Amino acid sequence: MDILSLTIGRIADMVRKREISCLEICERFLDAVKERDGEINCYLHVNDKILEEAKASDSRLAGGGSPRALEGVPVAVKDNICVRQMPATCASRMLENFVPPYDATVIERLRDQGALILGKTNMDEFAFGSSTESSAFFTTRNPFDITRVPGGSSGGSAAAVGARLCMGALGSDTGGSIRQPAAFCGIVGFKPSYGVVSRYGLIAFASSLDQIGPMTRDVMDSCIIMNVISGRDSRDSTCLDYDPPDYTRFLREDLKGIRIGVPVEYFPSGIEDSVREKVQDAIRAAESLGAEVEEISLPHTGYGIAVYYIVATAEASSNLARFDGVKYGYRTPSHENLLEMYMNTRGEGFGREVKRRIMMGTYVLSSGYYDAYYRKAEKVRSLIRKDFEEAFRKVDVIFTPATPEVPFRIGEKKADPLKMYLSDIFTANVNLAGLPAITLPVGYSGKLPVGLQVIAPFLREDMLFKSASAIENHFRHTS
Amino acid sequence: MTEERKTIKREDVEYLGKLARIRLTEEEINSFAVEFGKILEYVSSLAVLDTGDAGPARGTGRKDGPVRADRTEKSMDREEILANAPEKTDRFFKVPKII
Repeated sequence: MDILSLTIGRIADMVRKREISCLEICERFLDAVKERDGEINCYLHVNDKILEEAKASDSRLAGGGSPRALEGVPVAVKDNICVRQMPATCASRMLENFVPPYDATVIERLRDQGALILGKTNMDEFAFGSSTESSAFFTTRNPFDITRVPGGSSGGSAAAVGARLCMGALGSDTGGSIRQPAAFCGIVGFKPSYGVVSRYGLIAFASSLDQIGPMTRDVMDSCIIMNVISGRDSRDSTCLDYDPPDYTRFLREDLKGIRIGVPVEYFPSGIEDSVREKVQDAIRAAESLGAEVEEISLPHTGYGIAVYYIVATAEASSNLARFDGVKYGYRTPSHENLLEMYMNTRGEGFGREVKRRIMMGTYVLSSGYYDAYYRKAEKVRSLIRKDFEEAFRKVDVIFTPATPEVPFRIGEKKADPLKMYLSDIFTANVNLAGLPAITLPVGYSGKLPVGLQVIAPFLREDMLFKSASAIENHFRHTS
Repeated sequence: MTEERKTIKREDVEYLGKLARIRLTEEEINSFAVEFGKILEYVSSLAVLDTGDAGPARGTGRKDGPVRADRTEKSMDREEILANAPEKTDRFFKVPKII
């Protein structure tokens, strides 16, 4: 048995039964990272104290401490989530030397349940991208084919789980940044309903869209991590005053009584044939498991990316104003006065895509354009949300492809921002509506994974995990 | 059908750079002008959409966020915070002379 191939659910059980020590687990993963990360490039920072931390966990257990939900489980964390005394660079020169003086709420909660942080993962700079190519440091590679991208922006986390260089990971999702790379790397990626997981300690991109979520080998592991990280937090006023359920109890093997909607707009002519086929296989599988499948329409789908890029860049231009060379991060050596210090610091510290988005956001919020762009986009956002509300009167969950294509080649879209933006076409509307959605692997096109996306109504994670687990179980037994 | 091309001038890009407090190189100004034109053309599909009486989206969830009591709590360590400062003096952040 290779430790690397185990799920969190299985390893937690082995730790409980004292069949394996926390040190053995962490040593195996650390060795794997040393062996393989030179090729994949998932990690920006590896925690060199993890073996000491694992020993401390073992001593605690030896002293009679009871095993916790994630005892000894090595977890990777996207580099825009603050972990005390580990760098949080957001894959940007701007934050190259930033070491947060605090843990994000999700990190506190992982640690409270015995998880050990293995390292910080690569991403698109400030999470602006869909391929991890805009990292200021290096490009992460897809573990299924190293000439292709892992997706993004949580590409380092997705590749680390896909290449078995951690047991599970945290990502953040603003327009698909957990789900698209999860689909590209053949793993499970979950974006919770807006407000279920605290954003305290997540370096903000677009505050009305951002959510932290788990990236794991299977649906059960996603539920196990959700049980640990979800729930109210007085340090994030957008975090709901809500008692999260035990997510693991929703897992099912059949779909009897579940009504699945399949929106016509998510199968446009531009979608890759192999993706269409695999997703249609998954929909047929759902029927064979007892679900009722119905074609639905989400008429404003096509406006999503336009709305998303206005709303997200507007919020980003405001959130990233804090990087001014005063309190943390990079400061230019060349300046004569304060204004020059700001201008040069930001000009030198930010990469190209970050500048492009801050400036787009500044434009859509600027006097004379605000109504035409930002206000209009927020109105269309209402219509997109209403489409989902109406659909969910008829169906319990919605099935769509996770992405219109399989992982693309490194460099293929880098020169054309608009083309890159369109790779979030099936995921961004979910953020605009604040809904929960999960992507999971449902087959391969050649050697590349294809992902299915399951979308549920607001706070109906129960329906989402029921459907996803039944589909996963079906493919586990047929492939 | 006539195709109306959205354009954005070099001066507009330079002005945006000033508003956003970002120094741009000549090369960036030129290529952003072209790229912004394409992106604005793409998002202009919204302009022709009739949104009827739909208001702007507010909040994302159904429930209101909670409020907390305003109590003094232990904050982060001053030394750890200042360790991240690009320049500091004594217990303070140091910035270029303003007045």
